[in-house]
Amino acid sequence: MIGGLFIYNHKGEVLISRVYRDDIGRHAVDAFRVNVIHARQQVRSPVTNIARTSFFHVKRSNIWLAAVTKQNVNAAMVFEFLYKMCDVMAAYFGKISEENIKNNFVLIYELLDEILDFGYPQNSETGALKTFITQQGIKGQHQTKEEQSQITSQVTGQIGWRREGIKYRRNELFLDVLESVNLLMSPQGQVLSAHVSGRVVMKSYLSGMPECKFGMNDKIVIDKAGKGGVTDDVAKSTTGKQSIAIDDCTFNQCVRLSKFDSERSISFIPPDGEYELMRYRTTKDIILPFRVIPLVREVGRTKLEVKVVIKSNFKPSLLAQKIEVRIPTPLNTSGVQVICMKGKAKYKASENAIVWKIKRMAGMKESQISAEIELLPTNDKKKWARPPISMNFEVPFAPSGLKVRYLKVFESKLNYSDHDVIKWVRYIGRSGIYETRC
Amino acid sequence: MTDSKYFTTTKKGEIFELKAELNSDKKEKKKEAVKKVIASMTVGKDVSALFPDVVNCMQTDNLELKKLVYLYLMNYAKSQPDMAIMAVNTFVKDCEDPNPLIRALAVRTMGCIRVDKITEYLCEPLRKCLKDEDPYVRKTAAVCVAKLHDINAQLVEDQGFLDTLKDLISDSNPMVVANAVAALSEIAESHPNSNLLDLNPQSINKLLTALNECTEWGQIFILDCLANYAPRDDRESQSICERVTPRLSHANSAVVLSAVKVLMKFMEMLPKDLDYYGTLLKKLAPPLVTLLSAEPELQYVALRNINLIVQKRPEILKHEMKVFFVKYNDPIYVKLEKLDIMIRLASQANIAQVLAELKEYATEVDVDFVRKAVRAIGRCAIKVEQSAERCVSTLLDLIQTKVNYVVQEAIVVIKDIFRKYPNKYESVIATLCENLDSLDEPEARAAMIWIVGEYAERIDNADELLESFLEGFHDESTQVQLQLLTAIVKLFLKKPTETQELVQQVLSLATQDSDNPDLRDRGYIYWRLLSTDPVAAKEVVLAEKPLISEETDLIEPTLLEELICHIGTLASVYHKPPSAFVEGSRGVMHKRLPARTGSGESTESPDVGTIAGGSGTETAPSIIPSQGDLLGDLLNLDLAPPTTTGPPPPTSGMQMGGMDLLGGGLDSLLGGDIGGSAAMGAGFGAVPAVMPASLNAPMGGGLGDLFDLGGGVGMPLGAYIPPKTVWLPAMKAKGLEISGTFARRAGVIQMELTLTNKAMSVMTDFAIQFNRNSFGLAPAGPLQVLSPLSPNQTIEVSLPLSTVGPVMKMEPLNNLQVAVKNNIDVFYFSCQYPISMLFVEDGKMERQVFLATWKDIPNENESQFQIKDCHLNSDAASNKLQASNIFTIAKRTVEGQDMLYMSIKLSNGIWVLAELRVQTGNPNYTDLEISVKCRAPEVSQCVFQCCEAVLKN
Repeated sequence: MIGGLFIYNHKGEVLISRVYRDDIGRHAVDAFRVNVIHARQQVRSPVTNIARTSFFHVKRSNIWLAAVTKQNVNAAMVFEFLYKMCDVMAAYFGKISEENIKNNFVLIYELLDEILDFGYPQNSETGALKTFITQQGIKGQHQTKEEQSQITSQVTGQIGWRREGIKYRRNELFLDVLESVNLLMSPQGQVLSAHVSGRVVMKSYLSGMPECKFGMNDKIVIDKAGKGGVTDDVAKSTTGKQSIAIDDCTFNQCVRLSKFDSERSISFIPPDGEYELMRYRTTKDIILPFRVIPLVREVGRTKLEVKVVIKSNFKPSLLAQKIEVRIPTPLNTSGVQVICMKGKAKYKASENAIVWKIKRMAGMKESQISAEIELLPTNDKKKWARPPISMNFEVPFAPSGLKVRYLKVFESKLNYSDHDVIKWVRYIGRSGIYETRC
Repeated sequence: MTDSKYFTTTKKGEIFELKAELNSDKKEKKKEAVKKVIASMTVGKDVSALFPDVVNCMQTDNLELKKLVYLYLMNYAKSQPDMAIMAVNTFVKDCEDPNPLIRALAVRTMGCIRVDKITEYLCEPLRKCLKDEDPYVRKTAAVCVAKLHDINAQLVEDQGFLDTLKDLISDSNPMVVANAVAALSEIAESHPNSNLLDLNPQSINKLLTALNECTEWGQIFILDCLANYAPRDDRESQSICERVTPRLSHANSAVVLSAVKVLMKFMEMLPKDLDYYGTLLKKLAPPLVTLLSAEPELQYVALRNINLIVQKRPEILKHEMKVFFVKYNDPIYVKLEKLDIMIRLASQANIAQVLAELKEYATEVDVDFVRKAVRAIGRCAIKVEQSAERCVSTLLDLIQTKVNYVVQEAIVVIKDIFRKYPNKYESVIATLCENLDSLDEPEARAAMIWIVGEYAERIDNADELLESFLEGFHDESTQVQLQLLTAIVKLFLKKPTETQELVQQVLSLATQDSDNPDLRDRGYIYWRLLSTDPVAAKEVVLAEKPLISEETDLIEPTLLEELICHIGTLASVYHKPPSAFVEGSRGVMHKRLPARTGSGESTESPDVGTIAGGSGTETAPSIIPSQGDLLGDLLNLDLAPPTTTGPPPPTSGMQMGGMDLLGGGLDSLLGGDIGGSAAMGAGFGAVPAVMPASLNAPMGGGLGDLFDLGGGVGMPLGAYIPPKTVWLPAMKAKGLEISGTFARRAGVIQMELTLTNKAMSVMTDFAIQFNRNSFGLAPAGPLQVLSPLSPNQTIEVSLPLSTVGPVMKMEPLNNLQVAVKNNIDVFYFSCQYPISMLFVEDGKMERQVFLATWKDIPNENESQFQIKDCHLNSDAASNKLQASNIFTIAKRTVEGQDMLYMSIKLSNGIWVLAELRVQTGNPNYTDLEISVKCRAPEVSQCVFQCCEAVLKN
């Protein structure tokens, strides 16, 4: 199991060091600094073995988090734990920075004591932790016996993510379907790979211990219902669009996985506040919101002509926002002239790219940029690698075609019903890695 | 409140000031001071001098302060054990606190204080906490048992905590169950033979129920524990799989990977024609792909595991090639792993896409990645014949880029393509020759030289090209020198008239001016061959080469099996067994996949595979002659007529003996060695020694078996394998330590070696050779040490053996003298193999034949032995023996005695018959009697020893 956990700043100074196992000595702290943080060559693996001691590290801005062990630990678990540790810290004091860590080191030690025991991760749900690890420190005396046992039963209980007795005057929930659409396209416009990775994020402000059921236009569910012959029309009319094939999905730990496995229904008792209900991945019938058509011509040895057309491919009534096209330029670029029909374009020498920004663009439109790139003559034999043209954008629909069909709330003990809950649903599609080779 | 200020107090006299503050009356000031102490501790300052003052602050109502003091205690208690006692009272008191959070905190902290006196006081509170009414306290206490066990294992056993811990597996609270499972699993690791976890269908059912309810981490503990269970039959296996599959949809990748591990392992037991088997295969792909959208570090872990899964069950991901395409922004470690998997998944169906991608990658920036991409193109050509032409033209395009490392890498792979498809692409040689001057890496130079030598008859100026290399012969690396030597000899055999001078020159460079024994040996061999029989030389040097295999870089099957059992863990990331990077005994047990069985039949318990980790039995090589004698033996054997002088070390012998040695000795040396020694065999086949060892694999005739082994390993592995013993201590071998054992797996004899480099320098170029021995054991392939062995590194090698080598009777019969060579020296040792290794699978005699043979063998050939203290009934004994190919032919019961009649066939065809008498009537009489009859009575003693070892294990 995890033998120790260290946090360093970018210089390699130790900010937090907690050792859980006897086999990890103080020298381990230095070994990581010398061999990884101060290494001459960039470290090429997130797992490093130094003198039979294994170091797992992740970086958040310029902070290094390292878990150390001498045993054959579950590597996936260690990384999951490090991410979780980051989440917990962020939930307590915001951005993970040197300043924040130094300001909260006592709190961090307290957290580390609680969520990692002898190197075994323990309950690390922020909701539960916040009930008894507070920045003020708990005053044991002021708690009643009930409060104490409520805390412990929540920390260890089956529903560790929600406490009892939550009350809201207005029962409300927000569903965000957030998708990032990834594309790799060949210069000829052939889709090499495309997939959507989506998340359903829920903010719930519900009283009591509500039982929720979430439904979407999952092909397997709809087909199954369709065979029954009863709900077919209902499904069609509610979704408006056809069902979608989900390659795979993963759920928050509140979802009953065995029920999903047997009935493919998503039922759960939600945590309070904001959390990620599910993640999913689709590869079929993806709506690619933009198409990028590149044209690069080398004119002699010292000049490049680049023309890029982007076409928006969705309903004209919808508006895409925050569009940014990034056209890479060779390292020996001396000057660039750009002309674009829409938005603003600039050559950024420090990033070796022309960045073309458009604030808004409606569906089924087309825009174009052309640039002349002057090159310094070099005798470098190596050709320019021509990195792909990448794109960023945000669209108000789900490129996978996913639709939320329902989210039902049942709370038998309190007197509110599904109809009383105010529900909001929103779809946002963003670019993930959206690249066209040129 | 900003706490960062505590990090910045660095003035002198700080300790003194802190001391004053710690003893202040004001609570706030005290707390501030403790914070400062902790901050100093964090940055590595020694604040142990403040111990009494900090401990004084422990008695407080303020929980935050208390936690800080505890943190300090955990760090410094060990250095001040006497002072630490001061804290005990507070701990014991806190364990009785009405607040469960404080009770848990006390027991949690106490377990982290590794001071004997404190541990004594810990027992009582811990016992109470294990039965606490509050689950939070119980789950903390469960982990505390593991902590205590780490400090004092005996104490934990004496106090009966293990039983309490076992009870917690049935606790009503899922988190308590999960922590108890984690603690027990850890404790069980250091007691490999104990039945601590006692997994049975009932407890498994409990675990599976808890799996649905506990936290994500708890699910990981439980799944990792489940993976160690051996289901009784395929039905149980299937029902566990069904209950584990829903975990594949968990958001936590570690839960998913641990579930994959359980499924991959238990799938082994399912019949392949079962519908469920197919369903399961299909269910595994999507979650594995989803792991690739996790954060990069996790992607890396996932990819390393997928690499194993793809080797074990390629069908799972065969349609998912696209997801392994490299993204421009992937970190380099993800890119390299993806590339590896792409090559493994490449097939005729997707080759066009793959090639297009690889070509794209070959123009990227990162040198390692580009090299690997170029190499991958070569692999594709070798793997998918239809694509070979396209691959070659892609490689030629890349050579045109003139980017130095791309060109070199391309030449190395083109050489392999030539070997795979002879007489097809030689037209490109001209292009390759143009780039001769730009090659500066040994591997590329060696590859190019090999090409020139191999196709000397098509290259007009081959002699000029090779001559140009010869100028700086002594500056070249060994592989280039060896290659150049072979290439020029090839050239000479093809164009003898104009190259006589060249060949003389290279032979004299290699034999007279070189310090490298390999080079010298190869030089002498060629020289001798050419001078005695040029026709034979032609046959040897220009012999047709066996084709190289399609798949390369495959992980050796037994290792792969073991790694599959470690999916998700560090072992699967390093692709090394845990013993290679974990110190001590913990977690070093070898894990094996379960065997496939029919419904209802009982399976081999996986414990059988772990016997090797059990307590040592005495098979230590008792008769190791002194190093000097051994050397003499080896030399005497190989040199005819036997030299009477003292035994010189073989290398210097070569120099001294000069032509004389060549004349007399080498012939026989060679005679014995052909096909035996890997290093030499390579030279003879004129295979470039520069090829990666894995490519060399199909060379030795027997080596095909190595790959066939994959099929055999899934079979029950019940045969007795003695534990590894140290054969060659590091002191005697300049830092190389060798320990090993012998095993018979699926009919193949294997020598399993553990090589440990205890020297300060890297060891390379390993080779092994046996002296003649009683049963003609000889290595069936080269010693597969693929990468250099760096200091303190250990590797496991298994070497398949054949029984067709030269025979000479040894004393004792099962003695084996071995020579191992590396870049440092040649080392000799002797070891004894269990004769059971030679028992063949078809050693079951017909009853009639048995009777006749038994009578036929004269009575004086019968030997009687006793096996003392063996608590086995006849059936158990029979089963045990059968696993080692000692077959029971008949059984009868006479006067309270069970008589078992057994037959054994040795690999050289000798039959051994035996009669085993087991007392059934008298439970106190535990000795077994065995009579052995054989036409060659010498083997009886060995056979008996081996029966004894088998029965007692």
